[in-house]
Amino acid sequence: MKVYVCLKQVPDTESKIKVAADGKSIDSTGIKWILCPYDEFAVEESIRFKEKNPGATICAVSAGPDRVVDALRTALAMGCDEAIHIALPENADSYLTAKSLARAITKSGTPHLIFTGKQAIDDDAAQVHQAMAEFLSLPAVTVVLKAEYSATSVKLDREIEGGAIEKYEVATPCVIAAQKGMNEPRYASLPNIMKAKKKEIKKVTLAELDLTDTDTKVSYSAMQLPAERGACKMISGDVAAQAKELVRLLHEEAKVI
Amino acid sequence: MKTVIYCEHHNGKIKKSSLELLSNAATWGTEVHALALGAPGTLDGLAAELNEYGPHAIHFAEHAGLAHYSSDGFAKVVADAAKSLGAEILLASVSTQTKDFLPRVAVKLDTGMASDCTALTVAGSNVQATRPMYSGKCFASVDFSKAKPVMATIRPNALGMKAKKAGSATATKLATDPGTIRAGVKEVVAKAGAQNKVDLTEAERIVSGGRSLKSSENFKILEDLATTISATVGASRAAVDAGFRPHSDQVGQTGKVVSPSLYMAFGISGAIQHLAGMRSSKLIVAVNTDQNAPIFQKADYGVVADLFEAAPKINEEFKKLLQH
Ligand SMILES: Cc1cc2nc3c(=O)[nH]c(=O)nc-3n(C[C@H](O)[C@H](O)[C@H](O)COP(=O)(O)OP(=O)(O)OC[C@H]3O[C@@H](n4cnc5c(N)ncnc54)[C@H](O)[C@@H]3O)c2cc1C
Repeated sequence: MKVYVCLKQVPDTESKIKVAADGKSIDSTGIKWILCPYDEFAVEESIRFKEKNPGATICAVSAGPDRVVDALRTALAMGCDEAIHIALPENADSYLTAKSLARAITKSGTPHLIFTGKQAIDDDAAQVHQAMAEFLSLPAVTVVLKAEYSATSVKLDREIEGGAIEKYEVATPCVIAAQKGMNEPRYASLPNIMKAKKKEIKKVTLAELDLTDTDTKVSYSAMQLPAERGACKMISGDVAAQAKELVRLLHEEAKVI
Repeated sequence: MKTVIYCEHHNGKIKKSSLELLSNAATWGTEVHALALGAPGTLDGLAAELNEYGPHAIHFAEHAGLAHYSSDGFAKVVADAAKSLGAEILLASVSTQTKDFLPRVAVKLDTGMASDCTALTVAGSNVQATRPMYSGKCFASVDFSKAKPVMATIRPNALGMKAKKAGSATATKLATDPGTIRAGVKEVVAKAGAQNKVDLTEAERIVSGGRSLKSSENFKILEDLATTISATVGASRAAVDAGFRPHSDQVGQTGKVVSPSLYMAFGISGAIQHLAGMRSSKLIVAVNTDQNAPIFQKADYGVVADLFEAAPKINEEFKKLLQH
């Protein structure tokens, strides 16, 4: 029984983002790369599934430039069995990413489950989970807080507006996209980190998937840093005077109340 | 350009953010088609509301299989509608529902989508969209030249509600088949006490509190203030991790990304991951005892004060103002 976990390597949340010289991508110097926090929940969930279903093989898959093998090693160190690296150029769109993942998974063996995060915190597009599922003709449930697995189906809780929960029961195979809170990801132990370094990571090229790096649909023509806000207007006086002045400004100057 | 706008509705009312999108589309000079999905007999009442925003046409896709949300059913029906209507542009406002099923529509239409845009203009055949990346640390202009139809989702409140424009379109019913539904909602369980509150992602006004609130009970002072100005209460991760608020109230990189017209941060330091979730707010107010707190660098108005004293006083002032 094959279980996949699709993951992305993203800049650490503390990273300062600078626009590169080409004006349409980010300058990656000085960026610390991490496994996307939402994908960490997905990796953890896949390992917990294997702990209850010892027959399962967990295969981590990541599409991206060479640096993403580090994220795959993290997943291996946490407990995944195998890893596939799809060589995809930087800034590939959700369409090509999803298509390449779907094709690599199809080639590697029929999935029982596919886990991934609800969104990658670099492009924040939140599209690959459902797009990949569509390419694979599989059902998918996203923003999942809880999953209960039985032999041929999964009961899932999906978070929607206002913290409300949609309840699903979906037949396997299916795609599950994790939300924060689904579990508490483990830290990899040092021996497991050492072992993960020796595991083979299978590299797949786009050509092997019958794709090319121009098979994208959207791209970015320019990137800009957000406009700086004007200086903060500090309101002085005692608390009563501050409250009065703040409300006056919100009403008369900013006109938001 | 034929523009199809997916209009989300709940309990017989079109979502405000869908109307916001329609009101903007009415200013672009394109042919605007409003599309709504639901069970037979449940949609007719929506036409009057849609017509207040002047769409050229209204289309209802009705089928018993659409009584409850499903990503596969909704995706198939919207993709089929986009094809049969000859959509050149397909838009929706961002919600947990559209985030879920529209990526499937893009694949079915063999096109790409720009999600969560904060700016969008359509002039002639030229569609310009801007979307935040890296949690709003940078903004990208989207190149749609290979994406036909153009697909985009727009963040609530990002474009702003435009003037109403009376229309008189008669709703037409589309031939509708959701196909085999495999991922359909069985039941929706509301969070206790959360009924009727506007979700953070759609809120016009947000009052947020941090670790310094010290307990969930103390959040009452922010709840009271929020009630006065019809705001939704949010929280920092530190407040969520401490158990003062549920995770669904968390604003930030690993919480909700919000863009209200007013964001009031009480006792929140302004960590980069918190800023990531609220920096696109139109106006930011910070109340903090520490005049060097980083939040003041991103705020428009700053109050150096103890929130336990300031919040009730600000509430009183709001009450005075709003009574007149
Ligand atoms: C991977 C990752 C993801 C994260 N995601 C998020 C996220 O989504 N959202 C988020 O918010 N954080 C997130 N964080 C955490 C973030 O780094 C901060 O730790 C968090 O935002 C701090 O919350 P806080 O401002 O409430 O607390 P603190 O940083 O402790 O700040 C408390 C503030 O309250 C002020 N204060 C104290 N008492 C009073 C008083 N009586 N009146 C007024 N002011 C007072 C203090 O001066 C201080 O500025 C993330 C961190 C990581 C590593």
